[in-house]
Amino acid sequence: MIPAAVLNEWYPVAMIAQLAAWPGRQTLLLGSEINVFRDAAGAVVVQGADGPLAVTLAYGHVWACPGVPAHPLFPIPEADQPGRRLVDCGVVRVKCSPLRAVENFLDIAHFPFVHTDVLGAEPHTEVGRYEVQIREDSDEVWATKVHFYQPQAAKSAAGGIVTEYMYRVAAPTASVLYKTCPNNADEWDVIAIFVQPLTEELCEVWPWMALFDDTTPQADLIQFQQMIFLQDRSILENQIPRLLPLDPGKEIPTQADLTSIAYRRWLKRKGLTYGAQMVAA
Amino acid sequence: MKLYDYVLSASCYKVRLMAALLGEKLSTEAVDFHPGRAHRSREFRALNPAGTLPVLVDGGLILTESTAMLVYLAQRAGKVWLGDGSPVQAAQVQQWLAFSARLGGSLGMARLHDMLLYAGDIDALRRAGVAALRELESHLTEARFDGRIFLTGTTPTIADIACFPNVALAPDGGVSLDDYPSIRLWSRAIRALPGFIEMPGIHRLHELKPAPEAVPPLEALL
Repeated sequence: MIPAAVLNEWYPVAMIAQLAAWPGRQTLLLGSEINVFRDAAGAVVVQGADGPLAVTLAYGHVWACPGVPAHPLFPIPEADQPGRRLVDCGVVRVKCSPLRAVENFLDIAHFPFVHTDVLGAEPHTEVGRYEVQIREDSDEVWATKVHFYQPQAAKSAAGGIVTEYMYRVAAPTASVLYKTCPNNADEWDVIAIFVQPLTEELCEVWPWMALFDDTTPQADLIQFQQMIFLQDRSILENQIPRLLPLDPGKEIPTQADLTSIAYRRWLKRKGLTYGAQMVAA
Repeated sequence: MKLYDYVLSASCYKVRLMAALLGEKLSTEAVDFHPGRAHRSREFRALNPAGTLPVLVDGGLILTESTAMLVYLAQRAGKVWLGDGSPVQAAQVQQWLAFSARLGGSLGMARLHDMLLYAGDIDALRRAGVAALRELESHLTEARFDGRIFLTGTTPTIADIACFPNVALAPDGGVSLDDYPSIRLWSRAIRALPGFIEMPGIHRLHELKPAPEAVPPLEALL
């Protein structure tokens, strides 16, 4: 039995650019079969066993809600900002809890070891102190003032810089990060992952970006992001326990894990337990 | 030399790895294989009618098979990576180059199925992959008893580079390497080679790095 709180959220189920006529994309959402397709009139339909689901089109992707939407889909104002390039990066399937995919996205400390010489490099392993809050107005988790030394922070970065990040959990399986833009000191580059929960231990991840970068070819931008995410994939598939523990147990979090802890508390408070385990691990 | 490249392709990585081990500079051009399927476009098929990656272009020479690219790079660089030139070893190198195609058709396809949602009979692909791994494990174990660590001798050849990527990436397709100690040792020997480069899913040997020295605190770098 899937809790109503889980069913009433929005989840990504397809890339708009890849939509086709029936049967379209045949996939799973929260363990149930769905078809994502364009009908004869060109409208986007997400068809479940019991009828069509609520649909929103945003940020290059189709979002569906299997229950009664508790709220509209979260905003990403930067998506409408002139001058930004919006980049769909395609889908990658990962054999892990959808919540673990999001949690990994929020983590900085693994950069030097998993994204070596790109997002981090030994011996620069220090995660500086940063701030985390669960914002009551938007009901989102935010981490701000995150600083990290990076040898090649973006495809457009020429050399090592200390990058500043902000992280945001905007939906149970969607996270947006804001990072120093190498081409524009006054703006943030926006990188998101939209995670489709197929089952509690299987997900499909759609990275998406809104960047200030007029020069890098599209294929290079996509491959940079895929390279980063695929470096994480083999780690994610080996994490144990398979479900994300929401209660503290054998794990000993450190200062650098503040965002992860806030994310887990937020999930627990809202009853968003699909892909999670409540028994201490 | 220009390589038309996709960062997640095991075959493209063979060529990037060989070039890195030889100290050969390649210029790469990213092709939007996924999600754009640019390798199937009319423009790309004008270069390679098969619509496959990688493609290596050197002057008027256009190569579309990764094993041919390994031969080309190794021949140009003094033939050390082609074996000792004896009839036996030359044949063995060819044997393993052909074997690498079996790895691509089984473990490689299982990986594309599990990772990028390619269609396929995943159980059959994994079974074929495991059969190939057992064959490889058996060969490498015999080789170890004879004091050899690489596929055809005590030094690596293009055969090792051709076979290594799809073996090392087997877990991406749901095939564990836990049962194959000789394969894991062989993989370690390849990853320890001077000039080795990684790709997503194949991690470098962090333990070979010198112990980190003290660094200034992060605030000092701001």
